[in-house]
Amino acid sequence: MWEFVNFYLIPGLVLGCIYALGALGITLTFGILRFANFAHGEVMMLGTYLALTMVWLFGLHPLLAALPAMALTALLMLGLDRAFFRPFRSAPTIISVIASFGLMLMIRSAVQVIWGTQPRPILPGVQRPQAWLDGAILLAPKHVWILLATLAIMAAIHLLLTRTRIGKAMRAVADSPELARLTGIPVETVIRATWVVAAATAVAAGVMLAIDTQVETMMGFKMLLPMFAAAILGGIGRPFGAVAGGLVIGVAEELSAYPWLGTAPLLNPAYKSGIAFAIMVAMLVWRPSGLFRGRVL
Amino acid sequence: MDQFYGYGIYAISLLTVGGMYAILTLGLNLQWGFAGLFNAGIAGFFAVGAYVTAILTKPEAPEHLGGYGLPMAPAIAVAMLVAAAIAWAIGRICIRLRSDYLAIATIGIAEILRLILKNETWATNGPRGISSIPRAFEYLPDPWDKLAFMALVLVTVLVIYLALEKAWRSPWGRVMTAIRDSEDAARAAGKDVESFRLQAFVLGSALMALGGAYYGQYTKYFGPDSSDPASVTFLVWVMLIAGGSANNRGAVLGAFLLWTIWSGTQIVTGWLPREISLFGVAIPDVPVRAAYLRIFLIGLVLQVVLQRYSKGILPETRPAVLGRRITRGPEPGRQG
Amino acid sequence: MSVLRLQDIDAGYGDSPILRGVSLHVDPGEVVVVIGPNGAGKSTALKAVFGLLNITAGKVLLEDREITNTPPERVVRQGVCYVPQTGNVFVSLTVQENLEMGAYVRRDDWRPRLKEIYEMFPDLAEKRNQPAGSLSGGQRQMVAMGKALMLDPRILLLDEPTAGLSPRYRGEIFQTVKRINAAGVPILMVEQNARQALAIADRAYVLVDGQNRHEGTGAQLLADPEVARMFLGAKG
Repeated sequence: MWEFVNFYLIPGLVLGCIYALGALGITLTFGILRFANFAHGEVMMLGTYLALTMVWLFGLHPLLAALPAMALTALLMLGLDRAFFRPFRSAPTIISVIASFGLMLMIRSAVQVIWGTQPRPILPGVQRPQAWLDGAILLAPKHVWILLATLAIMAAIHLLLTRTRIGKAMRAVADSPELARLTGIPVETVIRATWVVAAATAVAAGVMLAIDTQVETMMGFKMLLPMFAAAILGGIGRPFGAVAGGLVIGVAEELSAYPWLGTAPLLNPAYKSGIAFAIMVAMLVWRPSGLFRGRVL
Repeated sequence: MDQFYGYGIYAISLLTVGGMYAILTLGLNLQWGFAGLFNAGIAGFFAVGAYVTAILTKPEAPEHLGGYGLPMAPAIAVAMLVAAAIAWAIGRICIRLRSDYLAIATIGIAEILRLILKNETWATNGPRGISSIPRAFEYLPDPWDKLAFMALVLVTVLVIYLALEKAWRSPWGRVMTAIRDSEDAARAAGKDVESFRLQAFVLGSALMALGGAYYGQYTKYFGPDSSDPASVTFLVWVMLIAGGSANNRGAVLGAFLLWTIWSGTQIVTGWLPREISLFGVAIPDVPVRAAYLRIFLIGLVLQVVLQRYSKGILPETRPAVLGRRITRGPEPGRQG
Repeated sequence: MSVLRLQDIDAGYGDSPILRGVSLHVDPGEVVVVIGPNGAGKSTALKAVFGLLNITAGKVLLEDREITNTPPERVVRQGVCYVPQTGNVFVSLTVQENLEMGAYVRRDDWRPRLKEIYEMFPDLAEKRNQPAGSLSGGQRQMVAMGKALMLDPRILLLDEPTAGLSPRYRGEIFQTVKRINAAGVPILMVEQNARQALAIADRAYVLVDGQNRHEGTGAQLLADPEVARMFLGAKG
C-alpha cells in the first residue's frame, strides 16, 4: 500500500504538476491565439538552460534561478512572437502552426549549438527521501518543493485570470476575439500578456522537471505530447482543465508501470509516453471539447 | 579520371536521395497542397516504409523478424499498405477536427512509432536497427548498381508526378482544392469533405512509406534514429513550401534543390576543424555544433519563405475552378 | 449638429458594394430605426459605421469629426458602441465581468457606472456572478446592451436586438431601448420587427437594395401604405 503511494502515486503527482504547468501555456495560447504552438516545449527547454546558466554563474538555487530565467524567457518570447507569429495574425492559423513547427527546431538547434547536447544536472547530488507520517510516506525535499511551487503558481494564475483586468481580458479574447475587438479590448496587449504567462509557466515547469531529472535538449520535445494531451483532456482554453489534465496524465503514466496484474509492470515503462497519446486520442474520439467543455477549434 | 568518377558517384547519390525526398515531398503535396492537411509525422510513415520493406525482404536474421524472402515490389506494396492503414486510423479520428489536431496527432503517432521500433527488439532489433537491407539491383557491377537504383527512384518520381498531375486536373483534384479553399462551399455542394480529405491523407502517407522503403534500401541500414524529425519531417516541409505547395513541379524542384543545399552544407561542416577559437574563447566540438547550426538555418529558411515568398518558387496555377481563376496556394490571407 | 451622419455611403465586402449612396443621420436624443427587407443592407450600414467593412465612397461623421473607415477598436474609443446581432456577450465570463470588459477602454473609475447599469437592469444585478452563457436570449441582449452602455457612449448602434427572441422578450427589449434612450443615449437600431420598432422610433429609414427608399417619423412610416404593404403585412 505505502509502496504504491511512495513509488507510483507521489511520482505521478510530481510529474502531473510539471505537465500541468506546461499544459497551462499550451491551453492559453491555443485558446487565445487559436493555434497549437509546437514551440512551447522548446521555450520551456530554453528557459531551463537559462536557469541552468544562472545556477552556474551566480551559484543560485535552481528554484531561485528560475525567476530571472522566467523573466528573460518571457521577454525573448515577446521577440519571437513579433518575428515569427505576428506576421500571420490574420492568416489561416495553420500557417502559425507551421511557423511554430519551424521555431521548435530553430530554438532546439540554437540551444544545441550554444550549450551542447550533454545532459546536465541542475541540482547537484542526490536527495534522500525523507520519512513523513512515521515513515509511511517517503518524499524527497525536491518533490515537496515541486508540489508547493506548483500550488503557488496555480494560485497566482487563478488570481490573475479572475481578479485582474488583463486576466479577464485574456478570458474574454479566448471566448471571442471578434467581440473583444468590438469592445475595444486591445487584442495585441492581451496576446503579449498571454505569451508572458505561457513562457513563465513553461520555464517553471522546465526547471521543476530539471530538478526532478536533469537538463537536456530533448526535454521540451518529450514534454510536448503530454502537454497537448493534458490541454485537450481538460478542454482547450480552460486553464484549470489543463491542470486537471496534467495531473491525470502524470498519475496515469506512473500508475501504468504498477504491477496491477501479477508481478510485472502492467505496461513496459518504455511506453509510458504512449499513455498521453492514448488518452489524447481517446478524448478526440469521445469528447474533443475535453472534460471541462473547452473549445473545439 | 578517379576524380570524375568521384564526382559522378556524388551526382548519382544526390539524384538518388533527392529523388526519395521528391517522393516524400509529392506525398506531402498531396496532403497539404491538395487538401490542406498538416502532417507533422512524415518521419513516422517514412520509418514504417523502411522497416516493413527491410523485414520482408531480408533473409532470416537472429536479431529481428525476417526470413519472409519477399521480392522487392510486393514488400514495398505491403509497407505502403501498413502506412496507409495507420494514416487511415489517425485520419478517421482527426480529420473532422481542425487541422491543428491532426498536426498534434501526427507528431504523436511518429513518436509512438519510434518508441515501438526502439523497444520491440524481437521484431526490430531495437535501438541497433536493421542492417544489410537488400537493395534493388545490388547484384550489378559497380557503378551500374548505383545507376540502376537511381534510375528506379527517378522513374518512380516521374510516375508519381504524372499520376498526381493527372489527379490534379481531374474532377477529384478540383474537388480536393475546392474543399481546401472553402470547406463550407464544398460541403454545401454536397461533397463528402471528410472522405476526400481522408483519401488524400492516406495516399500521401503511403507515398511517404514508399520514400522510406527506398531510403532503407539505399543506405542498407535503418534504425529508430534514422528518421529523427529534424532531418525528415522538417526538411520535407521546407522542400514543399520553398518549391511551391500545390504545384507538383514545385515539390520536385524543392526536393532536389533543398537536398543539394542540405547535402552540400554537410560536406562543408565536415571540413571544419574540431576546435576553433573565437575572440579568445575556445569553442570545442565545432563540427557537431555546425551540424545543429544547419538545422537552425533550415528553420530560418522556412520562416523567411513563409513570410516573404509564401507561394514558393513555382506557385500554384490551375485552370478555372468554381468559375474563377485561382492562382494562390495555401498561403497567408486565404481563409482555411 | 447630428450625433452621427452617413453621407452618400458606398460600402461592401471587396469590390461588390452592398450600400449605394446611403445617407442617414441621428440627432441628439433620437431613436432612429432602419428597416427593410432581408439583404437590403441594414446591418451593413451599421458595420460600415463601425469600420467592419470598407467604405468606398461617402463619409461618416461623428458630430463634426470624420470617422470614415476607422477600425472598430478606435471607433469604440470615440464613444460609438455597437451591439452585434449574435455573439454579443462573452459566454464564459460572468455578467459583471462582461460589464467590466465593456468599460475596458475607460481610464477613469467605472464603478459608479456599473451601479447605474445595475439600477437600469435590476435582473442583471441579481445574476451578476453567473456566466453570461447561462442566461436566456433576452437576458443576454440586456447584458450586451449594458456592456455597451458601460462606456457612456455618445451613440449606441443596435443590430436587430430582438432577432430570435419570443414576442414577450421582444416587447421587453423595445422597452429597454426606450429606457436607455430616455437616459439620454441616442440610438441607431436596425430591426426586422418593423411595426414595434417604428412605434418607439423618433425617425426611421427604409432601405431597399442598398439604397434609401423612404424616410420619416415613426408614425409617418407606420401610416405609409407602401411601407405597410412591404413590411407590416405580417404581424410584426
